[in-house]
Amino acid sequence: MAGQVRRGRSRTAPLVAALGVSALALTACGGGDSETSGGAAGGAGSFDFLVNTENATVPAMLETLSQAECKTADDAAPLKIETVPQKQLDQKLQLLAGQNALPEQFAAGSSPALTKQLAENGHVVDFEKALTDLGKLDKVQPAAIATIESLYGGFNALPYEYNVEGIWYNKKIFADNGIAVPTTWDELVAASEKLQAAGVQPFAASGEQGWPITRMISGYLFRSLGPDAMDEVAAGEAKLTDPEYVAAAQAVADLGAKGWFGQGVGSIDYDTAMAQFLGGETGMMYMGSWALGNFTDPEQNQIGVENVGFMPFPAVAGGKGSIDQLPSNVGLPMTMSEKAYDENAGAWLGCIADNYGSALLEEKQSISGFVADSDAPVDDLTKMVQDKIASTDETVLWFEAHFPTKATDTSQTNAAPLVSGTLSAQEFMELVQTDLDAR
Amino acid sequence: MNDILGDRKAIAVLLGPALLVYSVAMLLPVLWSLGYTLFSGNAIIGFTYVGADNFVKLANDPAVRQALWFTVKYAAVVTVGQILLGYLLALLYVFVLKNGSSVIRTLVFFPVVLPTVAVALLFQKMFQIAPQEGLVNSLLGAVGIGAVDWFGTAGTSFAVIVLMDLWRSMGFYAVLLYTGLLDIPEELLEAGRLDGATGLTLIWRIVLPLSLPVLLSSLIFSINGTLKVFDTIVALTGGGPGNATTPLTLYMYQTSFNYGEYGYGSTIALLLTVLCLLVTVFVFRSSRRDLTEA
Repeated sequence: MAGQVRRGRSRTAPLVAALGVSALALTACGGGDSETSGGAAGGAGSFDFLVNTENATVPAMLETLSQAECKTADDAAPLKIETVPQKQLDQKLQLLAGQNALPEQFAAGSSPALTKQLAENGHVVDFEKALTDLGKLDKVQPAAIATIESLYGGFNALPYEYNVEGIWYNKKIFADNGIAVPTTWDELVAASEKLQAAGVQPFAASGEQGWPITRMISGYLFRSLGPDAMDEVAAGEAKLTDPEYVAAAQAVADLGAKGWFGQGVGSIDYDTAMAQFLGGETGMMYMGSWALGNFTDPEQNQIGVENVGFMPFPAVAGGKGSIDQLPSNVGLPMTMSEKAYDENAGAWLGCIADNYGSALLEEKQSISGFVADSDAPVDDLTKMVQDKIASTDETVLWFEAHFPTKATDTSQTNAAPLVSGTLSAQEFMELVQTDLDAR
Repeated sequence: MNDILGDRKAIAVLLGPALLVYSVAMLLPVLWSLGYTLFSGNAIIGFTYVGADNFVKLANDPAVRQALWFTVKYAAVVTVGQILLGYLLALLYVFVLKNGSSVIRTLVFFPVVLPTVAVALLFQKMFQIAPQEGLVNSLLGAVGIGAVDWFGTAGTSFAVIVLMDLWRSMGFYAVLLYTGLLDIPEELLEAGRLDGATGLTLIWRIVLPLSLPVLLSSLIFSINGTLKVFDTIVALTGGGPGNATTPLTLYMYQTSFNYGEYGYGSTIALLLTVLCLLVTVFVFRSSRRDLTEA
């Protein structure tokens, strides 16, 4: 009897054990699934928004709107903000997309290539259709839509910003040292020499981010080789290792070799560079007009908004490009998840399209790609940028605009070594071109 | 008892569930990842079969060579440093401080319990040059040498990483080797002393041979840990400047998750696995020889 019982047990026990383990495994999967669908469906009716930590403006503005104009949308689906450092954004988006768990709204990838990839695989809302359905396509400026389409291959991102880029300078420091606003590269170099001699660091730049430096390379290229310089590289008609391209990297490296970006440029992050310029420690800074929010904030801006000037990237002697071709962009734009797009997300989108442009202009004196119906007075600096945007016929993009993620990363992480002299201009361009060739 | 262990079904019952969980949680992902080496793509765009393309790419990728060289260099330097400093500390505990070593032991062990990221931030601030000069640069300035951009060049970044890792982990190896040294019978040392062995001779002839087994296990611990280094470097330098301090692990992570190339990332992971395996086999082999000689 005892033997029978034992045999009986030994026959059923593996079965029971196997069932138990399968049940465990299934519960684990089930948990994952419900979480995933919860994320995709918007965390039980909320309007989830994943944004890069560096961007403080959009979350703050949306929170303001959620308590005023967008209160109805917020009541139906409360705004829930989650932040991630920009360096980790692409990776997070890829993982979330792989699990179909992208939140309702999220910051598009650091390189347009990723957003394109997401869009091609049905993860991103087609805003042309969504806004047409809502009857609000006219709430977005056509110029902003054109920029987005040229970058992303479709209207796949929202222009929470619409920027022009160039060099911002400290008017007071320039006046004190008798420096006229440079219009050519040689004048820029001469001005920097003067500043350095006067004990003022010429440029503030975040080597940790890298792009403020690489955009000076593309700025030089657009002036020396013309507005198609980077398109030709993307199309494979030219290589970054061609001598005329290396010359641009060399020109920027030369600025670094003279110590004009300050010491330890690789350790300077975005906020520190901004604080250096707004604290009057440096004469110039390459930046986009999204920084108007920082410039008009008296707490950050120690030099006074009246002392901030803007100069287009200077011309290069004998170059094909014109000083009037300003780099323009829509910042690191936000986009929305196709899979999480529902009536509540639509209500938010409609409200944002209606109100964001005006609210941003009134509160932050900043310019977005949404139409602003506001009559509120704007300060001179904002007005100047508005006029610049309106009067610019031809725009250019930036160094990494057409690069895949890996080449973007290589370019931006090697920018600091380039200007600190541990990497030559030739080596820098070779590294980036290797990644472009690997496509 | 023999009855139960002789019964195949009983063995299956006892081992089956654990084996199943192990297979699902460990073996399956490992094999899955191995399978990825033959594919390109990622979770967004799906996967396509590419045969041996990833391996060809691996052989021709200068970034892999750079990362492999850095990994080997780092593992060699840090392993030697960890074991050497750990052993010296252990000798200090046993032969100099003797019973009064507990306070020093605790102090030296303390960094081991600190979170890696906290230690990395501490070192980052200590060695920084901008926006403010850190402690080290201030001291260098005070003695008239002038500030150094520690994270600006490959060599100095490597030095800071090594210094940090040694400071962080030598306490652990010191305790590990200390327990090994305690196992050496006092009579043997006494006998050695009676025969006239003192100081270095005693250590070289008696202590070192008798602590070889624990030294070897420390070596295996250390080299496998250092070959797979990830968190300390990500937190301290992020692999920079450029990719000068990027080990294979970080390059694998970036390739898979930042650049969205799961297949190629898995191929790099395979290279790392083979490297760890080779080193471990090598250490085991040489340890067997040494033990038979002893």
